[in-house]
Amino acid sequence: MAPTTFLSDLSVGMSGVIADLPPDSDAHTRLRELGFVPGTPVRLVRRAPMGDPIEVAVRGSRLAMRKGEAGKIKLVPG
Amino acid sequence: MSVKIKSPDEKTALPADTDSSLTDPVFAMVGNPNCGKSTIFNTLTGLKQKVANYPGVTVEKREGTCLSQHGKRLRLLDLPGAYSLNARSPDEAVVRDVLLGRRTDTPKPDLVIFVADASNLERNLYLATQVFELGIPSLLVLNMMDVAEDKQLRIDQEELSRRLGIPVILMQATSGKGMLELKSALSRKPAAAPRREPPLPAPVAAALEKTRAELTAAGVLDEQASLLEPLYLVSDHDPAHYGIEEFHLGRIAACRALLEKNHPAWENHLAAARYADIEKLLSGVLRRPARDESTLTDKLDSIFLHPVWGGACMAMIMLLLFYMIFSVAEGPMEWIDGAMASAGNWIGSQMGPGDLRDLVVSGIIPGVSGIAKFLPQILILFFFIGMMEDTGYMARVAFIMDKFMGRVGLNGRSFVPFFSSYACAVPGIMATRTIASPKDRLITILITPLASCSARLPVYLLMIAAMFPAGKVPSLQKALIMLGMYALGTGGAFAFAWLFNRSMAKEKSSLMVLEMPSYKRPALRHVAHYMLERAKIFLVRAGTVILGLSILLWAAQTYPKPSTPEPENPAAKAAYNTEHLANSMAGRAGHWIEPLIKPLGFDWKIGIGLISSFTAREVFVSTMSIIYAVESKGDENLEPLTKQIADDKWPDGRPIFTPLVCISLMVFYVFAMQCLSTVAVVKRETNGWKWPLFQIAYMTGTAYLASLAVYQIGSLLGF
Repeated sequence: MAPTTFLSDLSVGMSGVIADLPPDSDAHTRLRELGFVPGTPVRLVRRAPMGDPIEVAVRGSRLAMRKGEAGKIKLVPG
Repeated sequence: MSVKIKSPDEKTALPADTDSSLTDPVFAMVGNPNCGKSTIFNTLTGLKQKVANYPGVTVEKREGTCLSQHGKRLRLLDLPGAYSLNARSPDEAVVRDVLLGRRTDTPKPDLVIFVADASNLERNLYLATQVFELGIPSLLVLNMMDVAEDKQLRIDQEELSRRLGIPVILMQATSGKGMLELKSALSRKPAAAPRREPPLPAPVAAALEKTRAELTAAGVLDEQASLLEPLYLVSDHDPAHYGIEEFHLGRIAACRALLEKNHPAWENHLAAARYADIEKLLSGVLRRPARDESTLTDKLDSIFLHPVWGGACMAMIMLLLFYMIFSVAEGPMEWIDGAMASAGNWIGSQMGPGDLRDLVVSGIIPGVSGIAKFLPQILILFFFIGMMEDTGYMARVAFIMDKFMGRVGLNGRSFVPFFSSYACAVPGIMATRTIASPKDRLITILITPLASCSARLPVYLLMIAAMFPAGKVPSLQKALIMLGMYALGTGGAFAFAWLFNRSMAKEKSSLMVLEMPSYKRPALRHVAHYMLERAKIFLVRAGTVILGLSILLWAAQTYPKPSTPEPENPAAKAAYNTEHLANSMAGRAGHWIEPLIKPLGFDWKIGIGLISSFTAREVFVSTMSIIYAVESKGDENLEPLTKQIADDKWPDGRPIFTPLVCISLMVFYVFAMQCLSTVAVVKRETNGWKWPLFQIAYMTGTAYLASLAVYQIGSLLGF
């Protein structure tokens, strides 16, 4: 088993592949619709100057989200 | 809360006899936010468009007409930006309902023009494939080809068109490239609807069949509804459930619960299945560079989002914005004032004396002038907002400020509207349209007038001058008092934001996702269009309310009229005017409220000032000039008025304007909702009187309590 981390723990510039999202969270349903589905590679582009939110590259687009939501997205090394 | 949509609406329905407009084909433009849809819409329709609200909700309905190449008239509908037909906001609910033909005020479109950001194809195709499955003839516009090229993306247009079964047009809307192809495609007879099957697994489809039968029996759906209609009704995540009738909600929720029970996480599987389909659709069609190249956007972001330089750049842009609305707008505002005053004089000289002349010269013209005075500020603010949105910088401001605004429960998008309200709340409230979350938008509208705007300055300056009647005001004290007032307003705004957020947070947790679009060169025509559109909306929607209310207040200050005619002698005239105002309805109201405001340290004369300055805060100064029979020479020269005020005494000989009363009055103006124009704009932006009335109540209530605390505690302490 590969070690799992969370999207919010990535260092800037590092990537991972989405393993899992909370199944019953409304917010994460929308994130799935925006492309965060299991198996998708993601990269942490940067953190905001005050540390939160974070900017993530996914499927060729750039989305910012708060660490609260990103902290529930499980990754495996990609 | 839910709103019925099946009610006919007179405003949006077009009259049947105008050029058979009801039979003109309706083309709807659909796409994600930030895809450049509105630029294309503006280019196609030019000035032949109108903006209104969809009935019952603050979602803008943008409709226009254009001519096909054969001279046939087409109705074009610019639907709000959406990410999915599983609606999460009233904007997305409108898109869903229009495309499903569920709205009585908007016809089901004959053709969908789907605008996709070519540099972001996979994500954009999520909504696109949902829309194509609905069976409406469609065409796909791949916009922002220049950004896609900068990202070194290659798209096989012909193959994509073949796989989707619909025309695909490449476009660069900012430079007009591809517009001709689009126009000729719109002029042809729409091709047949794309044949795409939704990625519904058999068990879910079977469950949806049952749901459809049940919802049809309950009258939620009609007989011909496709499987997709129950699908998008049960997957409605909009907390307001806009577009769904209230007595259907329970039935829909029950169907949803059953689906959840039998097929746990079915929505999550559908999202994954759709992305799998999109990957298949794009394999061999979309080619990406082997590794992410550093684009222009990355280079710019390394400056604009730099931990140090990013904040510095933003501070500079915000200061420039503030300076422009605060100072540069002043010149044109004075010209408008001057021009309207001379127009008033001229009209006055052409009319015989009487009530009608007074109404025109003292009621209508100052009212119109008061409305027109906002235009410079509105145009300047919306120039900045238009430029920031169009270049993509606005998302960066929100990104930087999100944590700060998040502390009181708002998000980064609220920053620019709130910040610009330190100049004037009217354009600030209009700018809250850029906030996507309805709850955050409402809270921002509610707290924004607490930012100490420029109209409060004359009141502060007069009171500070009255505190130091002996001579020149020490500048340190003056600066500290001013700073204190600004801090009080800001603190109040954040405290109320926090409070409102806590009391409205019963809905499910809201998600903050912010798209960080690629930077692009702004389309100046589009920005200019945006500025003029906002100005027009202000004049038409808010201006009429402002004019009506200001005429009412003018009447209150004018009637009943004294029986003797106005004297010629200037000194006698001033005394006559004082007498007239004191006896008017507003003057009497000042007397009536004296018992109420005496605990704040205010007498009936201040009461008249408070009532009159409900039109606008700075009116307090001119009202005081009339009451104290000082010939008013504008706001600049306060000396004669200050002297009169400082000498005024209660009947028992105590001075009225003690330093404590001056502070109490300033605190009152920090919090009180003394601005007709703000009330009118809030009414327009929240679609009714409920929120502006709430706002008047909570702000003026807070003002009263705060002043009361200042005066009573101050008196106890012996000030």
